[in-house]
Parts: sequence; C-alpha cells; structure tokens
Amino acid sequence: MTSTIVPPTGPADAGLSIPEMTTDEAARLRVTQARVIRSEWLKMRTLRSSWLTLSLAVASIAGVGIVIAWSTANDWNNMRPREKAHFNPLADPLAGFNLAQLAIGVLGVLLVAGEYSTGMIRASLGAVPKRLPVLWAKLGVFTTITLVTMLPTAVITFFISQRLLSSRHIQTTWSTPTVARTVIGIGLYLTVAAALGIALGAILRNVAGAIAALVGVLLVVPVVASALPQTWGDRINKWLPSNAGQALLSVSSDNTTLSPWRGFAVFCGYAVLALTAAAILLKRRDA
Amino acid sequence: MIDARGLVKEYGAKLAVDDLSFQVQPGIVTGFLGPNGAGKSTTMRMIIGLDAPTNGTVTVNGKAYGAHTAPLHEVGALLEARSVHTGRSARNHLLALAATTGVGTRRVDQLLDLVGLTDVASKRVGGFSLGMGQRLGIAAALLGDPATLILDEPVNGLDPEGIVWIRNLLKALAREGRTVLVSSHLMSEMALTADHLIVIGRGRLIADVSVAEFTHRASSDLVHLRSPESERLRTLLVGPGVHVTSLSADRLEVLGMLSDRIGDIAAAHSIALHELVPQQASLEQAFMELTRDSLEYQSTTKAPS
Repeated sequence: MTSTIVPPTGPADAGLSIPEMTTDEAARLRVTQARVIRSEWLKMRTLRSSWLTLSLAVASIAGVGIVIAWSTANDWNNMRPREKAHFNPLADPLAGFNLAQLAIGVLGVLLVAGEYSTGMIRASLGAVPKRLPVLWAKLGVFTTITLVTMLPTAVITFFISQRLLSSRHIQTTWSTPTVARTVIGIGLYLTVAAALGIALGAILRNVAGAIAALVGVLLVVPVVASALPQTWGDRINKWLPSNAGQALLSVSSDNTTLSPWRGFAVFCGYAVLALTAAAILLKRRDA
Repeated sequence: MIDARGLVKEYGAKLAVDDLSFQVQPGIVTGFLGPNGAGKSTTMRMIIGLDAPTNGTVTVNGKAYGAHTAPLHEVGALLEARSVHTGRSARNHLLALAATTGVGTRRVDQLLDLVGLTDVASKRVGGFSLGMGQRLGIAAALLGDPATLILDEPVNGLDPEGIVWIRNLLKALAREGRTVLVSSHLMSEMALTADHLIVIGRGRLIADVSVAEFTHRASSDLVHLRSPESERLRTLLVGPGVHVTSLSADRLEVLGMLSDRIGDIAAAHSIALHELVPQQASLEQAFMELTRDSLEYQSTTKAPS
C-alpha cells in the first residue's frame, strides 16, 4: 500500500469568492405564497416516499378493482344466488379506496411530521417565518395532487372493471343514478383525507403518533362505535368522520347514514376544524 | 446589526435565557461564547423567530426577523441541530429553500461549488458526514446573500482543512460588511476567528468585549523573571499586595506588580534582568475564569434590585 500526501485542495483554497447578488436581484427576493407553493411542490416531488405512497394509493384502487371485477366475472357461473344478489357492480370493484385513504393520509402526515422528525421544519420556517404560508402551500399542493391522481384512477378503474364485468352482463353504466356521484366521490373523499393527514401531521408533529391518530379516526373509531347499542349507534355513528365522508360513496341511504352531500360536508367540516387547530398551533408553538 | 433587548426564554421552570441584551455589529466577526447549555442556541433560535421570547425583543436591521419581506436576504442561519430532510438530495434541499424567495438555480450551483459539495449534490443528505452536513448548512445560509449570518457551532464535525476554510469564510463575509455571529464553546477557535466576543453563562451576559480586551481583563498581574541577583531583587519587590515566590535559584514569580514597574526597580538598583515575562492568561483560561466567576456570583449573591 502506498501512502501519498495530498496537499490540501478544494474549498479551503478554492478562493472565497462568495457569490453576491446585484441590488436588482436582491430586491426581488420577496417571499410570496406562490413561491412557497413552488417550494412545497419541489419538496414533495423530490422525496422518494411521496411517489412510493402515491403509487400505492393508485395501485390499491386500480388493483383491487381489477382483481375483484376479473375474479367475479370468471367465477360468476359458480357463484351461489345469494352471493350474486350481494354483488354490487359499482361499490365492490371500488373497495380499494379503503386502502388508498390510508396511503394518502399517511403521505399527508409524512409531508408535515416528516419535516419535524428530520429537522427540516427549522429550515422551512426559517425561510418563511410567517409560517402559515408553509401550511397552506403543503395543503394546496397535496390536495391538488391527490385530486388529480385519485379522481382519474377511480374513473378509469370504474370503466375497466365494468368492461370486465360486461362479459357476464352484470355491469352498471356511468349514466345509472348514483354512479357518477360515487366514482367522483372517491376522488373527493380522498382529497379531504389528504387534508386530514396534513392537519394531523402538523398538530402532532410526530410521524408515528399522527399515523396512529389517522388510522384511529378513519378506521378504528367506526369499528368501536359499531359496538354501541343500536338506538345510540344509529344516532351517533353517521356523524363520525369517515362514516360521514363515505355517505358520498354509499349506494343507498337510510336514516343510519347522512345524505351524500351533507355527509361529505360534515367530513369537510372535520378537516377544516383540524386544519384550524393545526394553523393556530403552528403559529404559537416554538419550532 | 442584531439588537437583543432584555431577552428572556423560559422552558417550563427552566430559565434558558435570562435578561440578555447585546448588539452585534456589522463588519466584524462576533464570537458568541459560553459553556454548553449557556443559552447560545436558544438565543440564536429566537433571533430567527423559531422560538418566541418569553420576554424582551430581538431585531435584525431594525425589524423582527419575521417582519422582513425577504427573510433569507436579511439573515442566513446555520443551526446546531440538523435542519435537512435526510431523504432529499443536497441540491434539491437548496432549491426548495431558494424557491421560497425566488433565488435561482444558478446561485444554488454556485454555492454548492463554494462549499465543495458539487460532486455529491445529487446524493441524498442522509448519507452525508457531519462535516458535509455543515457545508450544506452553510450553503443554505448563504442562499439569499444575507446581510447577517448566524452560525451555531459551524466547525462541529469539520476536518482541519474545513475549519480553516470556515475561518476564512467568516472573515471574508465580515470584510464585505456583513454582520457575522458565530457561536462556539471553544475559546481557542474564537481567538483565531472573532474580533469581538459576547460571552454568556447560564443565560446571562458575562462579557461583551473585544478579543484583546477580553484577554487583558482576565489576565492577572503575574510576572516571571530571571536575574543573577534574584535574592536582592526579591527583597526590593516584596511589599503590601505583592507576593514573590522563588521558582529556582535565579527565577522569581511576582504576583501583584506590573512588569514595567519591576523593570524600573531593577534598573534603579542596577540589577541585571535576563528575563522579564508577563504571564498572560490563555484565552481558554480567561474564558473559564470569567464563566466561573459569573456562576459564583449567581449562586452566592442576589442580583441588586
């Protein structure tokens, strides 16, 4: 092994020409909401976890849809009459949104709480000391991304699954009442779930804690509440966040669910409440 | 210029910063010194608005940091704790911060070059060494061409070459007329870099002096001398407040009399002096002396009301 002594090179003597700005350039350095949005969009797309989680959400909806439609169509002749009666050509192939809401919610949590766990938040809030523009930018970027990816995914999954089901003539069509509302509703529901993830991430500032809260609110609370005696349950359960939001996706409505748009409005209300809390805490707490 | 007035920060029952007032002037490097836990990082976080003071105010160029329309053009900060998402590349990290204030790609690449990270610019920050992380933090601090720089322990984790580089960088930035505040718990490092010192201990201001004055103030009147007639000289020097100790046959240690006076006395009595050396306390000693004094002061006496 030879050892060579390398004279110190590189930055130590690379000359300290600190790049300076012209006064003109410097005068244009205002922080604006549009710039913060651009920054957050750049932040989101430069993390591997964003694409991974988003792909997972797309794959959940499309994958579940194709598998259910394909297997049902293949198996149709062997299925029992009762099973056939239970099959819902609209809702069943779209059941993957249940998984997708987790992926989307978790990504929302990661976009905020991930900055706290790594310390990035100090750089973010140092650059934007008014703070709230960061929250609004994250919210705007991520809900937009969710809507423009999940809405087409739901629509395309609908058409593919109906095509698969059409081999047995058990498909439904876009023009059937409630179909368009349900399919578009999946895109809307997931968009609000995205907002909820952002809010929980900002409130709890801890990835594990915020994910637990998200799963608790969207999945666990409805299960626990379903154990209530029926007279109570009928009155309370429909107001729970995910139950209210999923009224938009329900094919039939009765007195145990809210009407589709009213339910969705309630779900949005929860998200607004959570975001308000997040904004107040972000402004007040030390970073 | 940074202007802190009566800064107080409480974390629950703990008083991290206690009525701290100081000014940091442009054009020089100001060292922010104190033992670990003295409140340096907390103060720096308050300057850029990450922590809200319990009491008091701090302004940068006349305004609270958050009130500036272009904050990154006012203050560039390198905080002690890492402030980078580990999953993002160095270049994308800088681009994301630059985007908030409209700084372009060209400047990001120039700064990557300046800090020597061009080769690893597309690598994820998670794999960076502490030193590389510091370099990235310095590039981030310089993004907005800021008038004020706040660097918390910037030499942490840097190799000797990197330390020299930082030292030169800080001096160059100050020469350009910028305000530069650098924290450290290493006095020796500050002696080589800083022109002025703000020393704090337990959240309180201990000293706000130039480096030269700081050393002078803390050094005692201790003189070592060597003379063939050390015994005769000894009797001439001893007096009220002056202690003389023999170190060897021809060496004396004199406490309480300046070397000028000793030289004059020796000359007046025609005593030859072979050596006459004022013992200046090292900066490290001076620093410990000062911080210790302040702590003793705190624990034994009540502050005058």
